Amino acid sequence: MSILLLIVVLGVLAIAGFVLGRGRALASVGGNTRKLHSLPTYYAWHGAIMAFLPAMAVLTLWLIAQPMVIERQLSGFFPAEQFENDSQRILLMADVRRVAEGLDVAVSAGALSEAQADNINADDGSVRERLAGVGVALGAEVTPQVLEASQAYRQLAATGGLWRGVIVLIVALAGLAYALRITNGDFRARNRVESVVLGILILASTIAILTTVGIVLSMLSETIRFSTMYPFWDFVFGLTWQPNFQGNSELGLLPLLWGTLYISLVAMIVAVPTGLFTAIYLAEYASPRVRSIVKPLIEVIAGIPTVVFGLFALVTVGPFLRDWIAEPTGLGSSGSSVMTAGLVIGVLNIPFISSLADDIINAVPQSLRDGSYGLGATQSETVRQVILPAALPGIVGAILLAASRAIGETMIVTMGAGAAAKLDLNPFEAMTTITVKIVSQLTGDTEFNSPETLVAFALGMSLFVITLCLNIFALWIVRKYREQYE
Amino acid sequence: MTDATTANVPASAPTHPASSLLVQTSLMKKRNAAEARFRAYGVAAICVSLSVLAIMLWTIFSDGVSAFKQATFSFPVALDAETLDPRGNRDRAEMMRVTTIGYTKILNAQLIAYLAERGISTEGVDDKEIAAFISRDTPARLRDMVLENPDLLGQTIRFEGFATGRIDGYIKGRVTRETAERDTNISVAQLDLADRMMAEGILISKFNWSFLTAPDASDQRPEAAGLGVALIGSAYMMILVVIMVLPLGVAASIYLEEFAPKNRWTDLIEVNISNLAAVPSIVYGILGLAIFINFAKFPQSSPLVGALVLTLMTLPTIIIATRAAIRAVPPSIRDAALGVGASKMQTVFHHVLPLAAPGILTGTILGLASALGETAPLLLIGMVAFVANYPSGPLDGGMLDPATALPVQVYSWASRSDPAFIERSAGAIIVLLAFLVVMNIVAIVLRRRFERRW
Repeated sequence: MSILLLIVVLGVLAIAGFVLGRGRALASVGGNTRKLHSLPTYYAWHGAIMAFLPAMAVLTLWLIAQPMVIERQLSGFFPAEQFENDSQRILLMADVRRVAEGLDVAVSAGALSEAQADNINADDGSVRERLAGVGVALGAEVTPQVLEASQAYRQLAATGGLWRGVIVLIVALAGLAYALRITNGDFRARNRVESVVLGILILASTIAILTTVGIVLSMLSETIRFSTMYPFWDFVFGLTWQPNFQGNSELGLLPLLWGTLYISLVAMIVAVPTGLFTAIYLAEYASPRVRSIVKPLIEVIAGIPTVVFGLFALVTVGPFLRDWIAEPTGLGSSGSSVMTAGLVIGVLNIPFISSLADDIINAVPQSLRDGSYGLGATQSETVRQVILPAALPGIVGAILLAASRAIGETMIVTMGAGAAAKLDLNPFEAMTTITVKIVSQLTGDTEFNSPETLVAFALGMSLFVITLCLNIFALWIVRKYREQYE
Repeated sequence: MTDATTANVPASAPTHPASSLLVQTSLMKKRNAAEARFRAYGVAAICVSLSVLAIMLWTIFSDGVSAFKQATFSFPVALDAETLDPRGNRDRAEMMRVTTIGYTKILNAQLIAYLAERGISTEGVDDKEIAAFISRDTPARLRDMVLENPDLLGQTIRFEGFATGRIDGYIKGRVTRETAERDTNISVAQLDLADRMMAEGILISKFNWSFLTAPDASDQRPEAAGLGVALIGSAYMMILVVIMVLPLGVAASIYLEEFAPKNRWTDLIEVNISNLAAVPSIVYGILGLAIFINFAKFPQSSPLVGALVLTLMTLPTIIIATRAAIRAVPPSIRDAALGVGASKMQTVFHHVLPLAAPGILTGTILGLASALGETAPLLLIGMVAFVANYPSGPLDGGMLDPATALPVQVYSWASRSDPAFIERSAGAIIVLLAFLVVMNIVAIVLRRRFERRW
């Protein structure tokens, strides 16, 4: 029974539970709803939940467990040493699965009968052609072991699918029967339904934790695998980045880190003064009318996808800087450079800094301003000597958040910064960043067992750690500051 | 009153005329100048950001608008039944044997013949170069048309087909006579011929619907590349993201805002959410690659994986917006509901949630808009691959077929070498921005119409 059909059947059972639960509750009090503990809908929902949720949970667990169990069962088909090795096992299992799928397709297309699929022999060498005939392309001729394993796989999957359907249906019916049995006028259906709903709410709120755990685990495990293939300290302190897919790569983090920090520095030099002055003007000087027009316009910048900025860097800013500044002064001849990416990221970060700083400046109590004006200070003196010092922690937090965004920015640097990893001071040279290298090492055909690919996870880990530290520090500062005037 | 007193000041204090409020001292002049400068910096900062925004939008629009226009040939084509259906039985399988090369030959010969018929001089351009006018995509379209409708065989139809990217570029001003001299793919004589064909109405510039509907095309055929697959991919992803993120986000926010006890676990969740909102998007791409593709074995480049990644990415922002909307509902509403005997759960679902709905919806739309423009994580899960086939319908497993997304298409076109693709890329951005503008307007309208101030 296919999974989709199974879910549809569960849905039908849930509807049945809904109707029957309600009917039974009403029947038990002779139609007088005032004698029920809960409103009739709660009995209905109780029936539906009991029919659907446990069965669904069983189905989910089954779907997760079945491949693992089958994999263990198939270990007998292969020599033990092949199965010990992780990457070899993964490859073998992928082969088995592909052949099994091919046989399935062949059977459903009518090219093979069910019996033929089970008895087809690898020795006559025809498996590949026959599968190719129905549009399943196999890389190499199938070995007898893989073929036998995949025939066993098909059988196991078929029996597994059958049992899955039976057990899930039994659980659903049992749930339904249980719900109907305990439904009577005194049953506290509302409490039961509400605690189930509360459980669902709690589950949803843990997704955030699970995401973090997923991020950390996925990167950590691959980083550990990477460190078994490549000396970890050479990665952290290496001065050259020269991946070489034939082996002998030099995978040093420092050139990438330097490029990242240099570009972020340029970006912050653009974004901090512009963003701050924008915020000060909007908060202190602008009339409500001007503010209501300019503020949304500035925030439009934040709503534009970064790939648009990337194209702008590639097509407009890069060639402009090259033709008007870099080439006349002899500093470089490349359109993609630290300057290009830095300037554009800076512009992207202006609205981010300005809206955060705007909030923080507005949170400074009016009494401080009034006191300063009362002493005869001009408006700009008030801003510089009273408001900014008062808002400083918050502004530092905003700047750190913006810096973390600049470090993690991907599309603009991919399109505007270049791909050459070097330690250089010239801002008109092409340099590269951690994010660019993550993209370039992980796109295209990749095998996840070479250090050249796995290094991307180590790079991701470093990026995650750097930005996480910045964020935590910045959020801590912002939060601490917010409480200051309350 | 103040006027009167200030007027009297000089008389009452004749020994300090310099300290008059009406006469500026040099210090005061300095301070006022500093004030004016400070103000000017603010104005300058705003002007810089707004003008960069304007320049960016203007360059992208001026580059991209031309992607919606396409140089098109329009000339009568006699579909010779002898060559296109040699057996003459109009059998589709038989007709499939005639490849696009057969159609190319027919189109080339008929174009040359038609030029001669109209008396357009082709001096300096040989037959091969005339044939090079027609996009390689055009014969394939003619073939599809004939296979679809075999009755066309033997007739003479007025056929419209694309010109190559270079001719298209010439009409749009991207290719000029100077660049043509250095270009091996086009000659000045060909451009002259293109001028004459335009004058005769054989070569026209038309609105290019296929830019919005056609799938991507290979490097050699920029004129045929379209956004069809990317639009479908983005649409699938957005649908899936809404289906997943809205219930999850609302459920999590309700719990955190209304039910969660103040303890370490809740604190941990809250810190987590605000940190996740600031994690670089590419990290989510790595997560998707490691968990959904390598571990759970979902198909690469599928909208399903893209949607899962985007869901996890937008969830924190949606939770933050939803919590703000729930918090904005005044406690008196809850007290009233509890007072008439509603349970806590009923209070939340029957009273708080409906009142918070406009705010939640606004936040969700804005979150979706940012998800629609997100590129980096999608690159890592393989959506940057070249996809020439439409994914199947949403109910036939189309969510698992390879597809691309709008912003990814922008990136992959921008990284190709032919400058014609830059125009396409900018055109794709126009489409993307149009969607974002619509979403934002909807959000603003919702906020204006339904937001209540308590």
